[in-house]
Amino acid sequence: MHMKKRLTAICAAAMAALAGGAHAQISGNTVKIGVLTDMSGTYSDLAGPGAVLATQMAIDDFIAQEKPTFKVEMVSADHQNKADIASTKAREWFEREGVDTATELVTTSTALAVMKIGKEMNKVVLMNGPASTPITNEQCNDVSVHYTYDTYALANGTAKAVTQQGGKTWFFLTADYAFGQALEKDSSAVVTANGGKVLGSVRHPFPASDFSSFLLQAQASGAQIIGLANAGADTTNAIKQAAEFGITPKQQLAGLLMFLSDVHSLGLKNSQGMYLTTGFYWDRDDQTRAWSKRFFDKQKRMPTMVQAGQYSSVLHYLKAVKAAGTDDTAKVMAQMKKTPINDFFARNGQIREDGRMIHDMYLVQVKKPDESKYPWDYYHIRQVIPAAEAFQPLSQSRCPLVKK
Amino acid sequence: MEIFGVPSALFGSQLLIGLINGSFYAILSLGLAIIFGLLNIINFAHGAQYMMGAFVAWIALAKFGVNYWVALLLAPILVGALGVVLERTMLSKLYKLDHLYGLLLTFGLALIFEGVFRDQFGISGQSYEVPELLQGGVNLGFMFMPIYRGWVVVAALAVCFGTWFMIEKTKLGAYLRAGTENPQIVQALGINVPLLITFTYGYGVALAAFAGVLAAPIYQVSPQMGSNLIIVVFAVVVIGGMGSIMGSIVTGLGLGLVEGLTRVFYPEASAVVVFFIMVIVLLVRPAGLFGRAV
Repeated sequence: MHMKKRLTAICAAAMAALAGGAHAQISGNTVKIGVLTDMSGTYSDLAGPGAVLATQMAIDDFIAQEKPTFKVEMVSADHQNKADIASTKAREWFEREGVDTATELVTTSTALAVMKIGKEMNKVVLMNGPASTPITNEQCNDVSVHYTYDTYALANGTAKAVTQQGGKTWFFLTADYAFGQALEKDSSAVVTANGGKVLGSVRHPFPASDFSSFLLQAQASGAQIIGLANAGADTTNAIKQAAEFGITPKQQLAGLLMFLSDVHSLGLKNSQGMYLTTGFYWDRDDQTRAWSKRFFDKQKRMPTMVQAGQYSSVLHYLKAVKAAGTDDTAKVMAQMKKTPINDFFARNGQIREDGRMIHDMYLVQVKKPDESKYPWDYYHIRQVIPAAEAFQPLSQSRCPLVKK
Repeated sequence: MEIFGVPSALFGSQLLIGLINGSFYAILSLGLAIIFGLLNIINFAHGAQYMMGAFVAWIALAKFGVNYWVALLLAPILVGALGVVLERTMLSKLYKLDHLYGLLLTFGLALIFEGVFRDQFGISGQSYEVPELLQGGVNLGFMFMPIYRGWVVVAALAVCFGTWFMIEKTKLGAYLRAGTENPQIVQALGINVPLLITFTYGYGVALAAFAGVLAAPIYQVSPQMGSNLIIVVFAVVVIGGMGSIMGSIVTGLGLGLVEGLTRVFYPEASAVVVFFIMVIVLLVRPAGLFGRAV
């Protein structure tokens, strides 16, 4: 009897210690996730409110499946695609509101600004929307993860496949700012490396609405492929007007950065036959469909790769916090990097030392209108690009964290 | 053959494209010029009203199956009617105040309209097909000319010159001009001046909506399509001479051409060339090319 009592007491004490220990490890016993995204501007359809929803879904699923002893909260804000607004908000979150990670961050300039704050204040930064490769090269740091895609993977997917399939001569229509230029540069390198030739390019102001002049220059170049190194409304207007001027189908367009939301807004008639590279397609298998339908029920749109990546990255982060038993940045980052990612979004996912999350990418071709059988049935998956090939190899990395 | 190092075919096609864009500028700046010339209101909501014209056409087709030709009439009427309501309920309270109040009010309205459409339809825009009758194009030898673009030039010029004729050559136009010069006397002659002013604002807004319907098959119909264009159109109005009807039409076409040529010779500057010209014109002729010296 005496023995049993003592044993119970020891067990109770041990459990209390363990539980207490866990509490002490997670500040305020709450993990707080801050979604910083474009809620109303150019990128709000591909990231924005859908990314906030995806984050909430990840939190709800985590709580239901993992039954953590700590609380999880979400805050969100509109960074309006401005670096100063993004960094002010991130600083306020980290300093005063106990936010543990700032996530999403579409638009490279906002991402780079928040990465600096994250490094300074030792908080995790999870990026899904931004595209530029400097994030994991010159500007990389040990608190940041670039999760969904980047310009290297896009160029490497679309430009490579199109060149290998016989599209040997290229002309670029490039948005005249850092992102467009990076995309043109990465894509030109891939075209040349695969035996193709770049005949020229035209830099158009960003944003532009009338592309007829630029398209006629592309037409006059006689290139087989017109590479669109731009995004959003610039891309959709260029595609629409290319059809109007009879440029397609004689010459083919390659959209170097296109999202499901762009194809949806253009319609299949205007976008059919185009190749593009994506990190996610909702209708790929049962797992992707199941998640996407849950998303659709709330958002009334199918998810883009950014939104699906947002869910996956937040869930991976929360699981790492639970496994590490702490919200300490270094320990969580170590846990995230050592755990492979295999969920509905990422196949063979792994976060490398430069912060790049590598995973399989997909080269898809937009369906013809009569091939589409149901709403949002837009893509043929033509090729799975394995994780190791899709992204810039570590050997070429310019990230100071990478030991050579 | 080459012109300044550019193949002549490309040169010719760029001139034509410039003319097409210029006809958009002309019709939009005409609406602004009328509203400014006769009401002294700087209508910053013009871009949003152009966008609403395009959306009315899209909604009419997508939800009610109403075709392009009906929309070309329907959108200006609906959006123009909204303009009439705005003029009666808000703008008419501001005529005694400085221009700035009208500008601020219409700017605020533009932001509200954009916000509402963004909330309802998202940012990526909607696709509107070219009407069946105007699909395809003709080979002009130096370029492939979409029939629809040709139609845009014809329609825009017809509406512009019709409007010019109405204001400068008809009795109604004479009342309008007189009513803005000296409302008391015109009122004393038994003419309802406030009604004339309301009609004028409604008409200016309807012109914006008409341009919106013309634009719908060319650009993605999106909440931001107006705000991208409005600043350029304002520059056109300033260059032409605030309030000058003929000035806005001619400068609209002319600047379209200049912009088109800039796109060939130095594309990076094509977004700013209009403002460059505006600065020079303001320095040399502050009242604008066609404006009456103040």
